[in-house]
Amino acid sequence: MSSARDDILGRIRGKLGADKRDASEQAVAERLKRTGPQPGQNPIPARGQLAAPERLALFREMAEAVDATVAVVGSLDDVPTSVTGYLAENNLPAEAVMSPDARMDEIPWADQPLLTLRRGRAEDADAVGITPVNAAIAETGTLMMTSGAETPVTLNFMPDTHIAIVQASQIVGTYEETWGELRGRTPRDGDGNFMPRAVNWVTGPSRSADIAKTLFLGAHGPRRLHIVVVDDNDEKT
Amino acid sequence: MKPTSRAFKQNAHEALGDKNLQEALSDLEGGFVQGRLNAVNKLPEFDQLRDAGRDIKHHVLENLDVYLEIFEEKVVANGGQVHWCRSPEDARQKVLELCRSIDAKTVTKGKSMIGEEMDLNHFLEGHAVEPIETDFGEYIIQLADERPSHIIAPAIHKTKEQVADLFHEHHQKYGKSARLEEPRDMLDEAREILRPKYIEADVGITGANFMIAETGSTVIVTNEGNGDLTQTLAKMHIALATPEKIVPTLDDATTLLRILARSATGQEMSVYTTFSSGNKRPDDLDGPASYHVVILDNGRTDMVGGDFNDMLTCIKCGACLMHCPVWTAIGGHAYGWVYPGPMGSVLTPNLVGLEEACHLPNASTFCGRCQEICPQKIPLPRMLRKHRENAFTARLGPPQERMGIALWAWLAKRPALYRLATSLATGALRLMAGKRGSLKSVPLAGGWTHSRNMPTPQGGTFMQQIKAKRRAGGAP
Repeated sequence: MSSARDDILGRIRGKLGADKRDASEQAVAERLKRTGPQPGQNPIPARGQLAAPERLALFREMAEAVDATVAVVGSLDDVPTSVTGYLAENNLPAEAVMSPDARMDEIPWADQPLLTLRRGRAEDADAVGITPVNAAIAETGTLMMTSGAETPVTLNFMPDTHIAIVQASQIVGTYEETWGELRGRTPRDGDGNFMPRAVNWVTGPSRSADIAKTLFLGAHGPRRLHIVVVDDNDEKT
Repeated sequence: MKPTSRAFKQNAHEALGDKNLQEALSDLEGGFVQGRLNAVNKLPEFDQLRDAGRDIKHHVLENLDVYLEIFEEKVVANGGQVHWCRSPEDARQKVLELCRSIDAKTVTKGKSMIGEEMDLNHFLEGHAVEPIETDFGEYIIQLADERPSHIIAPAIHKTKEQVADLFHEHHQKYGKSARLEEPRDMLDEAREILRPKYIEADVGITGANFMIAETGSTVIVTNEGNGDLTQTLAKMHIALATPEKIVPTLDDATTLLRILARSATGQEMSVYTTFSSGNKRPDDLDGPASYHVVILDNGRTDMVGGDFNDMLTCIKCGACLMHCPVWTAIGGHAYGWVYPGPMGSVLTPNLVGLEEACHLPNASTFCGRCQEICPQKIPLPRMLRKHRENAFTARLGPPQERMGIALWAWLAKRPALYRLATSLATGALRLMAGKRGSLKSVPLAGGWTHSRNMPTPQGGTFMQQIKAKRRAGGAP
């Protein structure tokens, strides 16, 4: 008896024509080389294709439209005050778990001595998680995060409140730009793959309308998504 | 899962008289239909994206075996494994085997229609593995021991009162004795009960909206975040997929994601879209220790390149259900298997056999709305007609219906006789109506006149009117 694998693949080839297998292999090899924006093949909406200041404005508008809150601050130095202010405003404890990511070390958290920070992955008891992002996508107000030693993905899903720190220079127009960035990373030894275990797109706080078609925020994931944008665009050359 | 589609007529009749169901299905037009339209109107490129999405899926189907082989290669390179299963029975056994390989006691599940095809929950329960549905809709119907009535809104047939009763009955064992009234409170209670389940679970099973050949990734889309907790917190992640879910590249998945949520829920993008590629890397702080993709065929490869090939381009958004006058009237259970509505009426006969599901192609008014709004522009009405033709050729369906169709066909192929017969029938109906403008009952059409009157034919048959106009020198 042939294996289920060979049987399934064989049936498909039977339908497609055994004589066309070589042509298929070639067509697929060609197609897989065509990554990145391909005119016609993968139309890209014009909406996100904007200059930096307009991109930030669009990102904010779209993120707020899906019930995220957005605060824009002038520099990394302003982040701790902004975060503690947000926590106080929402009657949340001044206690959070934060990604053990080097980018978070550039923020002067010590300025807010009452804010207790733990570094690491999220556990069930954590009420607030603070993370950097890999990119932010203006088109739909989406955050893009990747898994890694410094960026545990549990922080994106377990705490009831997720605070994401975004540098304005990380705001891109479209999702495709983030794929380009990933493809440019040093590929893994052996097979050349560049994907981390998980890539997460997050567009607003979690929600469900499964009970009587009534929409509520805060399903299994965070109830609140707060985005602090550090407007560093002026400093960029 | 054993289909009950043979009882479609009876099921549909009962559904129409089910007060709870009718309440639950009210105002879909104002909610989902309008929501989709709003989202579509905000994106000028929407139609262009639909065409691109359709082309991607057709290209994949033309080269499907090659793409599947590449996908498998990439999954293995990512540290995962692919398991190929011909039948739901094979797939159930494979999942059980994987569970047993790590002595799993409990399994959390994200929403998966393929899991429904496999009837996985009952099977695991019968083999000492406890499955816990985590999508709120799936959780509700698991408590009720029912099937999803919609492919993305599984508990849409349940009213608030019914959910309150279910939670009241099943949450007592967690020390929750109050019957809740407000959906907000119900959601919070279920969230509280389900959170520890993710952490305790040995295995997390999700579906897969897409499989990406370029990277060996599976993609899930959720609004609740349950799919991510399911796959991140368990020791093993199993993704259930079917062969046609392949797309070539990340860019292709992105093109399809732009039309998926807009079509499904009227959102610009679902809250969580996750691309999973293999198991936890050595330095990662979280993630499953192992990663498996189970690919279930269940008759789909037989559809490749044939009359129903286009059905394999479906991205399971559920829009055709929400826009269907039949589904919105009777809900999903009447269809008797896993996939209801127009897409289900096309797919089900292919997967369980036309004989078992021969009523489903008739569950359509042929209004064409499903094809109009389908993100992949799948010609659903054409394929429903094809099923009807096949059912007639295979001598399925009740004898009276078959005789009626045969008689009509015989007559329709003889124009002179047809004109004579219709002219006689028109006259007879006029005679029967007398001075009244309509008929309360018509012989052989009792089903039609049961709920409405038949207007009396006026001014001769269509052909007679055309001829009269031509004689008068009017329009052709």
